[in-house]
Amino acid sequence: MIQADDMFKAFEPHREDSVVIVTGTGGKHWADHTTKQNRDLNMGGAMGHTTSAALGLALGLPDEKVVLFDSEGALLMNLGIIATIAGQAPKNFLHLLMDNECYATTGGQPVPNSQDINYAGMAKEAGYTAAYSFDNIEDFTTNIGKIMKEDGPVFVAMKMVPEVENEPIGMRPKRGAVRSRAETITALRSELGIS
Amino acid sequence: MVNQQAALLRPETLLEEFKRLGITHIVTIPDSETNYLYELMIEQDWLTVVPASREGETFAIALGLSVGGKVPVCLIQNTGMMESGDSIRGMALDAGFPLLMVIGYRGWNRHGVVTDTAAKYTEPFLNAMGVNYYLVEQDEDAERISIAYEEAKKNKRPVAILVGDEYHGFNR
Repeated sequence: MIQADDMFKAFEPHREDSVVIVTGTGGKHWADHTTKQNRDLNMGGAMGHTTSAALGLALGLPDEKVVLFDSEGALLMNLGIIATIAGQAPKNFLHLLMDNECYATTGGQPVPNSQDINYAGMAKEAGYTAAYSFDNIEDFTTNIGKIMKEDGPVFVAMKMVPEVENEPIGMRPKRGAVRSRAETITALRSELGIS
Repeated sequence: MVNQQAALLRPETLLEEFKRLGITHIVTIPDSETNYLYELMIEQDWLTVVPASREGETFAIALGLSVGGKVPVCLIQNTGMMESGDSIRGMALDAGFPLLMVIGYRGWNRHGVVTDTAAKYTEPFLNAMGVNYYLVEQDEDAERISIAYEEAKKNKRPVAILVGDEYHGFNR
């Protein structure tokens, strides 16, 4: 099992100029490692559709690498998106899945077939150019540099340590200075010279 | 018969409007009433058609395209629009960007009693979401597409075009 903080630490040296989108409870750790906030995008959420928004971004910015750190609970809500992504075949898209086998934000209830489902297998069979699975930080660290250079769409499934939140949402500690979607969109568009 | 033919909404009319408005991408799930429009769209070198697996995807994909500077339209049927409620909320309304939603108005008829629940709930759904809409039934209504898009740009919100199905103008 991989700690999200370790995973982002290993990813950051290979990020280069890619546009990065994070989701889920584990995604909050990216803020501790990123050095290019203007290329970090908060796409908001709607029952798993951050994945769809990331695809749209990859299609809209074909000259930019787009990296999505997705979560399995979100992906399961709209699993058909892997067919949509494979059909569009964006070469600039890397789709990483943080699979903690549960809905961490609602108390840790297991997702359907949580321990036996093969997300990388589904992505590969849907038509992604390549798919990988990692369950330890050493293998992820060894391979992420090579994976970042591959033509997409590439899928990476990672078994993650769940960071379960049990407190009522209103009582949970703030996750730090989370930038709004509008702020991140404005910053990215300014960075890329999009009016 | 002559009157009915004159009232047709030709797929070419929508396509001409899309081109004039600078639309770059159509994010869509084809439906039985718009097959000919789909065939026309994929032939256009100025337009990219993005087929989705479920209607809710279309609004989120459109958001991503918009962030990248592209000008997308969502083209789906009313049934799929209603299934997309949370995506319309979270990825279109809350995101605050101009978006044209072109919605096939399945079951709608201006004559007699509308019995298809897909049609019955379409306008109440849009009203509940606070999405303004315009009915387009025939070529003469085409300017409503521009009106809707200008409204979407002005307010940075989605605006819907309801494509009336009375004449089955989109089928061959």
